Amino acid sequence: MTEQPKSAYFLVDTKTASVRKTFAVLVDNEAGVLARVIGLFAGRGYNIESLTVAEVDHLDHTSRITIVTSGTPEVLEQIKHQLERLIPVHKVIDLTEETPGIEREMALVKVSGQGEKRVEAMRLSEVFRARVIDTTHASFVFEVTGNQQKIDAFVDLMKPLGLVEVSRTGVVAITRGAEAM
Amino acid sequence: MAQELTGAEMVIRALKDHGVRHIFGYPGGAVLPIYDALFQDDGIEHVLVRHEQGATHAAEGYARSTGKPGVVLVTSGPGATNAVTGLTDALMDSIPLVCITGQVPTHLIGNDAFQEADTVGITRPCTKHNWLVRDIRDLPRVLHEAFYIATTGRPGPVVVDIPKDVQFKRGPYVGPSNIKHKTYQPRIKGDLKKIEQAVEMIAQAKRPIFYTGGGIINSGLLASQLLREFVRSTGFPITSTLMGLGAYPASDRQWLGMLGMHGTYEANMAMHGCDLMIAIGSRFDDRVTGRLDAFSPNSRKIHIDIDASSINKNVRVDLGIVGDAAHVLEDMIRLSKAKLLKANGAAIKAWWMQIDGWRARNCLAYTNSKDVIKPQYAVERLYELTRGRKTYISTEVGQHQMWAAQFYKFEEPHHWMTSGGLGTMGYGLPAAVGIQVAHPDALVVDIAGEASVQMTMQEISTAVQYELPIKIFILNNKYMGMVRQWQQLLHGGRYSHSYSEALPDFVKLAEAYGAVGIRATSPGELDAKIKEMIDVKRPVLFDCVVDQFENCYPMIPSGAAHNEMILGDAAGEPAVSEAGKVLV
Repeated sequence: MTEQPKSAYFLVDTKTASVRKTFAVLVDNEAGVLARVIGLFAGRGYNIESLTVAEVDHLDHTSRITIVTSGTPEVLEQIKHQLERLIPVHKVIDLTEETPGIEREMALVKVSGQGEKRVEAMRLSEVFRARVIDTTHASFVFEVTGNQQKIDAFVDLMKPLGLVEVSRTGVVAITRGAEAM
Repeated sequence: MAQELTGAEMVIRALKDHGVRHIFGYPGGAVLPIYDALFQDDGIEHVLVRHEQGATHAAEGYARSTGKPGVVLVTSGPGATNAVTGLTDALMDSIPLVCITGQVPTHLIGNDAFQEADTVGITRPCTKHNWLVRDIRDLPRVLHEAFYIATTGRPGPVVVDIPKDVQFKRGPYVGPSNIKHKTYQPRIKGDLKKIEQAVEMIAQAKRPIFYTGGGIINSGLLASQLLREFVRSTGFPITSTLMGLGAYPASDRQWLGMLGMHGTYEANMAMHGCDLMIAIGSRFDDRVTGRLDAFSPNSRKIHIDIDASSINKNVRVDLGIVGDAAHVLEDMIRLSKAKLLKANGAAIKAWWMQIDGWRARNCLAYTNSKDVIKPQYAVERLYELTRGRKTYISTEVGQHQMWAAQFYKFEEPHHWMTSGGLGTMGYGLPAAVGIQVAHPDALVVDIAGEASVQMTMQEISTAVQYELPIKIFILNNKYMGMVRQWQQLLHGGRYSHSYSEALPDFVKLAEAYGAVGIRATSPGELDAKIKEMIDVKRPVLFDCVVDQFENCYPMIPSGAAHNEMILGDAAGEPAVSEAGKVLV
């Protein structure tokens, strides 16, 4: 046991490893709803690795928030329950619960360079099926889509070739198969 | 039929439609239209406090002693920020409050206007939900939703922030019929299959214990009745958290007293040694569990709670049932009858033998004195001299609070008001104001400490104004007693800033406020003085000068488990456990 501090509180050894998880949260798109979700994570000390949000039903004004988080299984269970407790939340789905859901992220990657490096950047972009959406004689902006690891790999490869700037959307995700969340 | 009203009129109308008779508040610029509407209406009594924190605690006392929501009306900026402590307190203890705050006009929001604060931003983490109403057409719906959300499911505080221009605007008012919320639907009924499973586990238990909490009180009187019925039918021992006192009568043989850091030896030992724990409306707070990895190591655990997030939060349980305590208890009683539940008679008898052994330690014993008033003695005498009456007790936070919980025996729910989760010093006096407003004929006593009570002392002025004969029973030891106790036991006796060098003369202070001051300094005069306090039909500040260095025992020290309690010298041997000696 850890030596306890002279306090009413006790130290707990957390030996359980952290697990990564993706939640889809369907919410009413009302003022402050994102602040409630983010405030919950900040206030209770939960991690946010990625968060995306957009209105998905313009008639009903519902938004879908995709959150990638990590923690022990106990913490992840708490996160789900705490999200469900928020008043404007319709539904919380654990997209990694049974079959892993499909995850995608998009990045816009600006690379500047000339000569050999420029050719190499172009060649690698084809390997990653990235599209060139803006170009000058000295630069490209690539649009690349895939899971987080693919984007990470592409960005890493661009670093020695004149990487200037990266803008990423964060992860969006959906379940496989015919059913809705 | 929709009626045209101003926003301010809608507020008053909605309060009346929800059966509100009393509100606690303080006027200011951004809430004046609502005060104007209040002035022109005689259906609601307003209690003017001296500080907005007082309004929130008064509303909490009102709510907890009646089961109805407490309503607060304050202005923008400082009015709202002063209410934050009370809102947080209500959130931690699941008290239904509806707090209406004025806001600067919509066109000034975000401009750093006079008395502007981001009220919904500030109160978001300390409310169950909150709203900024920018459009008069939303106001009636939001007001009704506010009451619905505050009072249903796990109750809690809500804030409705209304800009001044919206208070002036006119719009159609619709009454509160069939309030439904598209996303908020609390679960009331428990899963029947799981309840059957629970009954099965209860039938097999050999060393069971009920561990109940504030959820029973919040559920309403029926939950307490059903709990009593069910616990008696099983013959099992029962303990409760600080917040749950009164749900089960303290005079009953099956009652083990409160559990936790300053709980009884028998309650904590039984929790540690049980083979089945039946938790109802309690949340495994750290003041209850002590060291988590040594918490009740050999038991199976059933947890019944209306809040799904409470289950498995601190302690993994074997069976979690989401639902309202009364509904689940009702199903449990029905199903256990249908199955002709016969508890494991011989085993339960042996369990009680063991518990009686722990009881024989007499853990609450203390060495009384002829010269100086022991704080425990003061609470015991207060209990003896008030027990026959309709008495409501509130407390501040600290040693006196724990002694009140240990020595005042509660027989009924809704008669004990204390700040459990947040531990707010200064809660008890304004709470007493709220309780007395709700129960004008009852005896309302705030068992206080001289440090806590000074945090909201100004509310004695409110009590004088409204002729609320509250009794503030101050256990005066000149120290922040619990802080001093910790410094003695855990910080080598270095009493860093826990002594109040200058205290007011509480008798003179009472007189200055127009209240009555009484002082007791010796055990011999205590009874007569307490009787005098009870007989005075005016607010009283009772300065009960007690032993300065008395410690509150039993105590589970830092990082210790339930079976490693420190007992006081007067309790059965051994006086101090080995673990305790290290700390002392």
